[in-house]
Parts: sequence; structure tokens; C-alpha cells
Amino acid sequence: MYFTSSAFVLFLVVVLTGYYVSPGRFRPVWLLFANSFFCVASGWAGTACVAATCLTTWYAGKRMDRLSKSLAARLADADLVSSEAKALRRRTKEQKRLWLLLGVCVNVGILAVTKYSGFFAQNLNAMARVLGLSFTASGFDFALTLGISFYTFKALSYMTDLYRGKKTEAAGSLVQVALFVSFFPELVQGPISRYCDLSPGLFAGRIPCRDEFCAGVQRILFGFFKKLVVADRLLPAVVILTKSPDEFKGAYVLLTMWFYAVVLFADFTGGIDIAVGVAKLFGIDVTENFNRPFYSKSIAEYWRRWHITMGAWFKDYLFYPLSASSAMLKLIKPSKRIFGKGVGVRIPVYIVTTVLWFTTGLWHGASWNFIVWGLTNGAIIIVSQELSPLYKRFHARFAFSETPVYGAFQIVRTFCLMSFIRVFDIYAGVGVTLGAYASVFADFGREGFAARSVLDLGLSVSDCVVVALGVCVMISAGLWTRRAAYKGTSLTARVCLCFLLFLATTVFGCYGIGYDAKQFIYNRF
Amino acid sequence: MDELIAVLREQRPDIDFATQKNLVDDEVLDSFDIISIIALISEHFGVTIPPEEIIPENFNSAESLHELIVSLLDE
Amino acid sequence: MKRLCICVATIAFVICFLSAQRLLAPKYMESLHEGALTAEYYDDEKDNDVLFIGDCEVYENFSPAELWKAYGITSYIRGGPQQLIWQSYYLLLDALRYETPDVVVFNVLAMKYDAPQSEAYNRLNLDGMRLSRAKLGAILASMTPEETVLSYIFPIFRYHDRWNALTSEDLKYFAASESVSHSGYYMRNDVKPANIVPEGPKLADYRFGENSYKYLDKITALCESKGIDLLLVKAPTIYPHWYPQWDEQIRDYADEHRLRFVNFLERAEEAGIDFDTDTYDGGLHLNRRGAEKLTDFLGKLLAEDYGLEDRRTDAAVAAIWREKTRDYERMAEAQLRELDEYGEIRTFTY
Repeated sequence: MYFTSSAFVLFLVVVLTGYYVSPGRFRPVWLLFANSFFCVASGWAGTACVAATCLTTWYAGKRMDRLSKSLAARLADADLVSSEAKALRRRTKEQKRLWLLLGVCVNVGILAVTKYSGFFAQNLNAMARVLGLSFTASGFDFALTLGISFYTFKALSYMTDLYRGKKTEAAGSLVQVALFVSFFPELVQGPISRYCDLSPGLFAGRIPCRDEFCAGVQRILFGFFKKLVVADRLLPAVVILTKSPDEFKGAYVLLTMWFYAVVLFADFTGGIDIAVGVAKLFGIDVTENFNRPFYSKSIAEYWRRWHITMGAWFKDYLFYPLSASSAMLKLIKPSKRIFGKGVGVRIPVYIVTTVLWFTTGLWHGASWNFIVWGLTNGAIIIVSQELSPLYKRFHARFAFSETPVYGAFQIVRTFCLMSFIRVFDIYAGVGVTLGAYASVFADFGREGFAARSVLDLGLSVSDCVVVALGVCVMISAGLWTRRAAYKGTSLTARVCLCFLLFLATTVFGCYGIGYDAKQFIYNRF
Repeated sequence: MDELIAVLREQRPDIDFATQKNLVDDEVLDSFDIISIIALISEHFGVTIPPEEIIPENFNSAESLHELIVSLLDE
Repeated sequence: MKRLCICVATIAFVICFLSAQRLLAPKYMESLHEGALTAEYYDDEKDNDVLFIGDCEVYENFSPAELWKAYGITSYIRGGPQQLIWQSYYLLLDALRYETPDVVVFNVLAMKYDAPQSEAYNRLNLDGMRLSRAKLGAILASMTPEETVLSYIFPIFRYHDRWNALTSEDLKYFAASESVSHSGYYMRNDVKPANIVPEGPKLADYRFGENSYKYLDKITALCESKGIDLLLVKAPTIYPHWYPQWDEQIRDYADEHRLRFVNFLERAEEAGIDFDTDTYDGGLHLNRRGAEKLTDFLGKLLAEDYGLEDRRTDAAVAAIWREKTRDYERMAEAQLRELDEYGEIRTFTY
């Protein structure tokens, strides 16, 4: 069930009505029922995966919780010697770690089998061919419509937090864990919420106040606007551009980059707007996933503002644990000896950074495109980290680096750089993408541009005007939300805005007969 | 405490660690700084900060970091 | 104050929404006139002795104006292009909300379609219906898989794409439409003889579908419950092919339900229809001359066998129909003049 299908709108109306009329304590159960329905409507294979994740996550959490409780009880009642208490703590921790490992392995296993086995088999076969072995492996081919990468990460964060005993102290019941993992607005494309952030709202069964409700509707409508008016109108052009990279060269590659930046932004943030807005209608606050990312001044900053919940997840559960591990800390000394005092300290961190971006790439999709894309991001971040003293000196030397013009330059630079590497996502392969890069320089000029016409992209003049206006609306919305004033927007203004968005989306959106309810680009990840 | 501030200065000489109270929340320190600080602390104090303690609250000020180190040394 | 602002905004929104919807919906005034037929019924006088339902074989082949002129019988045609039998049923149900005729004439060609056919034809038949239970029933019975009920209730969800295809027609007929039919009759004065009559292709199965029978039963039952005589007809157009096997089934049905079935194909000669001069598209549809001949023939049958009175002496009714026949004749003259002058018809609305 796609967010922009009429089936989803109908589903939402029914679920909302049920939620509002049922007594408070039944509301979470009703939501769980809605989640199940949402899963089943998307197919049984996906439902089975979600159910398996819910069950294993709940059970691992329960066992860890039991261990913590018995530890607390024993620490409280007996007058233990401190060394005994220490030993007890350590033992409990080890037992908890066992359950955590089990839970993580099962869930990562499900993810690996469903999403990566095909890719793994493909690479294995390629390797066998190179080595001259007669050997073929085949992976499982599941067409999963639900965002398995998203809910698996939610489940992993829940178990890890419980193990650490920091953010989440008590385990949830089966209903609670299942409700958290399968929360339907987040099921397809995130955000990747944490149990501690989402659960209070999720289990409260609260009805939002009128202003909140209106804000939720506004958010949903803006999501529809971005997706239907901008993304779906421009997407066919991007598909045409990337399907025939031999014909659309030079300047067209730049066009592809910018078009794709607009499409992906409109599509992904639009989907998140719908998810956040829908959750708001149920009185639930969902962690924000974007903070006007295209206003970032560096790649590192961009990744703190784009897909925030995923970046935070990788930082908390992969980057910090790995780089602060004793193995990595031990590596500092020898690395210092070899590379010198400055870089030597940072080398272990860079190794972890590389691992992190490899994983991030892989998380986005089971193909080398994404892996190369991830590693490119990592490389740029490492290089700019190494160059940062140089930048600082440069900024200190020249006064203009403080001016808004220079800030604007940084924003444009970051946008272009990100657009440049992002096309790894959409060209057919790594080689094709590199070829496209080369052609930007080789075929730039009139001939490359004249080889095909802009009219071949399937965009009419009026389509271009609508997309341009849509982009203007998105930019102004970005500027508007930057000012804190928008939070105090009156109800009347919100209502008017809702009406305008509704009319604009109704007339200018791409939907209905003649248009497929296109998948959100992001929900395959 | 003074020793800690000296260690922190080593990583970021441009910051006044004695007065800043929102090092992480205000994005004064990025994740590279945090990891470097963890490495330096392990070197100087022989304390390994476990992943669950790498949270903004513990790194927002030199004081909270100091408290963390003390509690870890106690264990 | 706040409440007032929101009220004003809501009213403004509703006005904008409905205006946009009106603007974007096709008007069917300058082309595809058949799409305007369904809606015209509501503006007409609703005091008819006879109501026709069915596909193009009714709205091109029978002329209510002629029926009045020759027999003083008032009638209206609720026909539509490829009107499917469930649409005929629901349009009849809809019409019965406003009037109860003495006779309903149903053209049986639609029996050949057992399932929803085309989205476009659904739209041409149903968009003009006023919102009612009958309309909802018609929508649910007609929808093809990719359609939604919502887009019938609010056609803007179907036609929103037309924002970049709007023409002067959309502005000109924004506020009010003109008439394209004469009591549901779609007039054509041109002539194109039926030279070659294509053979009907062999069918795998000549039996009418269950769904078709279900709605024929419904029409029969509805007429019976309202005391209306149902007359089944097959218009004398020679293409699409009418198979003897079909004819037999309808005859059986008529016998079983004590209905009358007239196959005008067999009686075209008797009615005086000449396929060299009386059809405008090679035998698919009759032109005005052919329609008038056929109407004369049917009128005799209605007057004699169904006892429909001559109402030309009723001054009030006569006044209304005087105007109707005047419009009818004016358009006929205009079309003939245009055929002389340009070789083609340009006037379809009045």
C-alpha cells in the first residue's frame, strides 16, 4: 500500500476513526491491528518477516530484562562485598550480551537472506568465474514491499539500548514491541525511530488537540504535494536520462544530477512528511528525519541534516562502538609510530569511517553502485577532515569567508558535490556512472547537447513550469520553517494553507488513470 | 579536572573547555573530535569509555566528562 | 473572529474547488457531443408517455419530435454511447424519481456486454448523472479495475490533468451548457449509404451473460412494479451484427416474461427504410430521414397497441412541444444548409 494510493487514504480514514472512537487503553491495540492490516495488504512474505522480527526482538528483550531485574534484586537484598557485586555485574552483562547477539544475528540474518543473498550469490559466482571454478550459487528472490532495512534497524536499536541499559531501561511487552517495530507510518521508509523516543506517544493512546491535528494534515498535504506534483512529474525524465547514458551525454549528465536531486528530495522528504503527519494525527511525535539538508555547507553537515535518523543510528551503533573499542584504541600507538603524531591518531578513526560508509552504502541497496557511492561519501569526509586545518587558515586569512555570499557558495558547492556522487544510485552500474562523469568533461558543449533534444525527456513546457513552481514552493517552505515564527502560525493560516496545498496537489499532481501510483523511490531500501 | 582540560585542549586548542556547556548540542564538537577525545582519555587516564556512555550529556562539558571518568575509575 | 475567518476560508475553498472541477471537466459542446446527453435530461420537461433507454441505437434512430408531430406522444431518450445494460437500468431508476412513463422502450443490443467495457464510455454515460443512489449503483456496476468511486463523485480527480489542455470551449461553457439533443435525439442530416455490410464474425459463445440477464430481469421487474409497459426493440441498424442466436434468446425471454419484442431489422423494409439514403455512416446509425421513418412506424405501434393518447389537443403540452419541434426543424435546416455550403455539418448545439 503506497502512501499516495487512494487505498491508503481510505485505510487512514478508517484507522483514524477507529482510533478516535475507541477508549484510550484500546487505542494502542487498535494501532497494532492497523499495522498488521497494513503489512498483510503489502503481501504475506513481508508480513512474515515483520512478525519474525517482532517476536525475536521481544523475546531477546524480555530475557535481557529478566537478567537485569534479577541482578538488581540480588544487589539490593544481600550485603555483597564489592568484588562479588562486580563479578555478578560482569556475569550478568555477559549473559545479556549473549541474548543481544542472538537477537541481532537472527534479525540481521533475516535482512541478509531477504535482501542481500542475491547480491552475495552474484558476487560469489563472479569470483568463481575468475578463479575458473564451475560453481553457481543462487540467492533468494523476495520482492519485499515493506522497508525491511528500516524496521530491522529499529529492532536492533531497541535491543542494543536495552542491553546498554541507558536509554531504554525496561523491556516492552509483545504488544508494545510489535507496535513499535511495525508502526505503519514508519514501516515503508522510516524514520528509524528509537524505542525511548517513540514509545511514550505510541502507548499513550492520546488524541491530538485541534492545532496538532491541523498541523498533521498540513504536513501530510505538503508531503503529497512534493511527491505528486514535483517528484512524480520529473521522475520519468530522470528515467529516460539514465536509461540511455550513451545518448544523453555532457550537459545532460549535469541535468540528470540536478533533476535526480530534486526528485529524490521531493520524494523522500515528501514520504517522511506524510509519515510524520500521519503519526501526528494519532498524537504521536516521530523523530524528524530532515533538517533542510540542501542548506548544508559541507558533506559532513549534509549527513547530519539528511536522513538524520539513519545517520544517528550508524553513529550510535556502529561508529562509536567500533572506534572506541579497545582494539581500535590499541591501534593508535603503532599507527602513530608509522604515520607520525598528527595523522597517526586519526588513522583508526578513518578505518572505522570507511567501514561505516561501506555499510551505509550496502544498507541503501544490494549492489556495487551503492557501495561505491557510500565509499565516495566516506572518502570526501575523510579528505575534508584532513584539509580542515587548511580551510581554517584560509578562513582566518580572508575576511570574505564570513560573508553570506561565501556561505551561499558553500551551500551551492555542497549541493553540486552531493548531486554529483548521488547519481551512483540511478545509473545502471558503476562503470556507466564513471562514463557519465567522464562525458561531463569530454562532451560538454554544443554538440553533446544537440545530440538529443530536451523535448525527448517527455516534459512539456507546462510540466517544466509546474516543476519549477513546485521547487520554488519547497525552497520557500524551507526558508519559512527556518524562522521559528512558523511554529506560532495561527489556526486560520494553517487551514488556509491546507486548502491551498490540497487544491494545488489535486490539480497539478500526477495521479489517477494514466499515471501509476509510483513507488516511493526510497522504499526499496 | 585541569589535566582533563589540558587533554581536551590538545584536540581542540580553539575551544574554552572551562566555560562551554553545550559542546555537542551546539555542534562545537563533531564525531571525529569525540573519538579523538576518547582516544586521548584512554591514553592519559587508562579508562575506556564504553559505547553506551558516548551520549551528548557526557560530552557537553568538561565537568560532565570529568564525572564520567571518575565514575568509570571507581568501577 | 477566528471561527469566522475559518468559515470564510472554507467557503472560499469550496467555491474554488467546485469552480476548478467545473473548469476541468470536459464540456462535450464542440466535440464528442454524446457525452452531454445524460445531463440534458434534468433540464427537460418531465411529462413523457414514453422513455427510451439504451445505446446509440436509440438516441440516433428515434426522434421524439417526430413522435409528437405524427402521433401527439411525448417522449424522451435516455440514451448514451455504448450504454451498458446496468447503466440503462440505473438511468431508468434515476428517471423514475422524476416521472413515470406509460411505456419504456429498451434496445437490446447492450445484452451482448456482460462486463464493464471502457472507462471512457463509462464517463460519457455517468458523469452527467446527478448524484443519487441510482448514480452510485451505476458507478459500482460499471467501474473497470483502475477506477475509483471518488473520482466519479468528484470528477476533478479524473480530469485534473486537463489543466494544460484547456481550450476556449471550457471557458465558453463554464457557466452554462447548450443543448445538443432534441429530447435525447442526436440529429444527423448527412447521408452515407451502406454499401458493403460486413459479415458478423463467428463467436465462441452466443449466449448472453448472466450479468446481462440479471439487469434485464431488474428492468423488467422495475417496470412491472411501476405499472409500466416494457417494449424490447432491436433497432434496424445493420452493424454491429445482430445474430439469429441472440434474437432467439430475446424472443424466448420476451415470451417467458410476456413482453413484446420488435426486431426492426426484419421490418426495416416495412418501415420504408432505404439504406442508401437513410443512414449517415454506412448503416451503423440512421440519419434524420431514417429516424423519422422508423419513428413513424414505432408510433403507429405505440398508439394502436399501447393505447397512448394523442395529446396535441392539450394546450399546455402542445405549447411546450411546439417550441421543441421548432428547435428541431431549425437545426435540421441549419444542418442541411451547411451540408450544401461546406459539405459537412457544423451545428450540433442550439
